[in-house]
Amino acid sequence: MADNATVTTPERKLTHKDMVASFWRSGFFQGSWNYERVQNIGFCFQLIPAIRRLYPDDKQGRADAMKRQLTFMQITPIMASLIGGIMMAMEEEKANGTDIDDATITSLKVGMMGPMAGVGDPIFWGTIRPVLGAFAASLALSGLGIVAPLIFFIVWNAIRLSSRWYLQKIGYEQGTNIVENLGGGLVQKLTMGASILGMFIMGALVPRWTAVNMPLVISKVTTDGKTTVTTLQDVFDQLLPGLAPLLLMFFCLWLLRKKVNAVWIIFLLFALGIFGYWIGLFG
Amino acid sequence: MSGLAITGLIVVAFLAGVDVILDEWELAQPIVACTLVGLAVGDVQDGILLGAHLQLLALGWMNIGSAIPPDAALASVVSAILVCGPAQMSIHNGIAIAVPLAIAGQVLNIFVRTIIVFMAHLVDKKAENGDWRGLDRIHYFDMCLQGLRIAIPAYLVTIVSPQTVQNTLNAVPKVITNGLAIAGGFIVAVGFAMVVNMMASTDLWPFFFLGFALAAVKSLNLIAFGIIGLCMALIYIQLSPRFAVGDIDAAATPGSSTEDEIDRELEDL
Repeated sequence: MADNATVTTPERKLTHKDMVASFWRSGFFQGSWNYERVQNIGFCFQLIPAIRRLYPDDKQGRADAMKRQLTFMQITPIMASLIGGIMMAMEEEKANGTDIDDATITSLKVGMMGPMAGVGDPIFWGTIRPVLGAFAASLALSGLGIVAPLIFFIVWNAIRLSSRWYLQKIGYEQGTNIVENLGGGLVQKLTMGASILGMFIMGALVPRWTAVNMPLVISKVTTDGKTTVTTLQDVFDQLLPGLAPLLLMFFCLWLLRKKVNAVWIIFLLFALGIFGYWIGLFG
Repeated sequence: MSGLAITGLIVVAFLAGVDVILDEWELAQPIVACTLVGLAVGDVQDGILLGAHLQLLALGWMNIGSAIPPDAALASVVSAILVCGPAQMSIHNGIAIAVPLAIAGQVLNIFVRTIIVFMAHLVDKKAENGDWRGLDRIHYFDMCLQGLRIAIPAYLVTIVSPQTVQNTLNAVPKVITNGLAIAGGFIVAVGFAMVVNMMASTDLWPFFFLGFALAAVKSLNLIAFGIIGLCMALIYIQLSPRFAVGDIDAAATPGSSTEDEIDRELEDL
């Protein structure tokens, strides 16, 4: 690859300093948690040192990188360091001219975030934190005083900080390995594979991560003293589970393609939520 | 309470408010937050004991998916002020008031996270100009909002009765709070639509619907989805004639122009 390259600018490389800066910033990952794209701002915030290094005086390049890293993101915060590391490797390759398109990057993120949250949530939220919390609480109740909160604080943060640092390192190194070995048709294979994985996971996330409940009672049948209540939700569930989230997503997609501003769609959905609750459709 | 105690308390409340959202240092976990409030007010022992009890209560309050858990920060900080401060509430009563406070904190969190949706669109505007400083500023501003969400009620509790705070929170109509909470559950559909809009091409839709249909199988977790998706991607690439060996030129991505193809051919020569 290198022998016939016509690149005149020197290769852009991320430094150890960027890794440390990104690691520090990853501690603010969830700060802008919002209902629309969840942790997207925090994820871009975490990648800013890399973006600045790769596009030092290229405003358009920086703008494009920021835009593609501001798409939907939802993951166990600690696991964001792994994806962050992989994204740094991808951005580095892209800045050096490898043909990786924005959709591939988005697909890779979506493809990884669901399964990675599936690994991270039970480990960090389901096991380590409650076990440490219960242990510290029992120490405090048996009269150990200030030692109890200190143990909780120190042990948790030692685990968290080392996990974040090593996950980011592993992500960056493996990401670089994968992307560097891409030659010939391999970039296209990666693009296709990432898109398939991304679309498949997206199909699963839409019904699982969108909460719509419609307790509106359709019918009440009393037979042999037993009352069977059928709600609108039951009807939808029997028809096809997850149908309501799917229709809602397609409605938003249709509006987006009609060039309706996303802010208006959100206003519309808030109005729908309040109105739907008021008339008893949603609950 | 002395000015120093109140200042310390507001700092602790602010940090707990930010960190309950970040979920990083875990300063807002009751065992830590109540101890810190106890330190600020000058009654560490009661703070630790209250924290231990509340910790056991809050073991299951976690940020998973887009569900918003009861708020550990408001519960810990305000009940610790009432127990350790001049109100000298018993630990037992402190535990009792923690749950309604956690719910109140949850409602405030829903409000703030709704406001941040609009900040996210402001960030998009900054990104268009490559203005990373603007993104940083908005991100810090969002965190400050979340900190004030706890710091302001904590300060109010030191000057008015806890009952007044509770009544004020209850004064917001149920239609608005519940309606917002419900909308909060499905607003994420806009984010999903944005991603699909970017990724979707005709040959990819079947995979989306495969994922959708399989999502109804509740015993399949997301790790299993990852494995299935990865296998499908590998099988597709192995079987697709587009990726057949020796036929690399035909393997252009659907979106690339003919110019790209010519470039690639030239490179191969």
